[in-house]
Amino acid sequence: MLFVGIGGIFGAISRFVLGKWITSKTKGKLPYGTWIINLSGSLVLGFLAVLHLRHLISDWLWFFFGTGFIGAYTTFSTFGYETIQLLHKKETKTALIYVTSSVLLGVLFAWIGGWVGSTF
Amino acid sequence: MNIIAVGIGGFFGAVLRYSIGKVMPSPSGFPFGTLMINLLGCLFLAWFFTISAKKWKINPNLKLAIGSGFTGAFTTFSTFSVETLNLIKNHQYVFAILYLLLSIVGGITLALFGSKLATYSSQSKRISKGES
Repeated sequence: MLFVGIGGIFGAISRFVLGKWITSKTKGKLPYGTWIINLSGSLVLGFLAVLHLRHLISDWLWFFFGTGFIGAYTTFSTFGYETIQLLHKKETKTALIYVTSSVLLGVLFAWIGGWVGSTF
Repeated sequence: MNIIAVGIGGFFGAVLRYSIGKVMPSPSGFPFGTLMINLLGCLFLAWFFTISAKKWKINPNLKLAIGSGFTGAFTTFSTFSVETLNLIKNHQYVFAILYLLLSIVGGITLALFGSKLATYSSQSKRISKGES
């Protein structure tokens, strides 16, 4: 449990710092920060999950990097909050693009990560 | 200082997510734990961000610790993606679609409800203050 917590510290800080940086570098209505974070996290977790399933990484590494770090790095609540902010601004089309692309690409990226993991 | 606040929140968010995930049952492989965690997080974050913007004067670092740190780390998108993928891989297509729809539609609905709740309670407080 301590591994999960320590991973969570670094995951949350990485999300915060990277999210701020991406937002400062990008223009447009889409919340690119969370978008990139959630997709990259899905890719890495897909990769780690397959490695853990095949016993190529130990339990503590999975708890630290997978459950703790990547779990805390990606976020569902901010994703939900950003979506309703778009809806409040009557940006329904952008909200729809944001939700659909996050979900479909998230699963696709997890699959790609798992595929890469299965080649090890 | 704000990075430390996010980190402390992140620690407790991740630990709580792990603990709830452990005790929640996943009948026939349906990821009930992550679903509950993400729905609760959506409701809370929207309520918290709205009420702290409209009504409460809250320390910015505490807001970061609770919002970006704790709730952000408590909920997770990567596990949601991997679990959906695993349901598809196990040919549990109905579960996959159900999990996806419940997470997305439920999450957005609860976030809307959370922000409405915060807006409503801050308005009613203001009205009652005005009358007295």
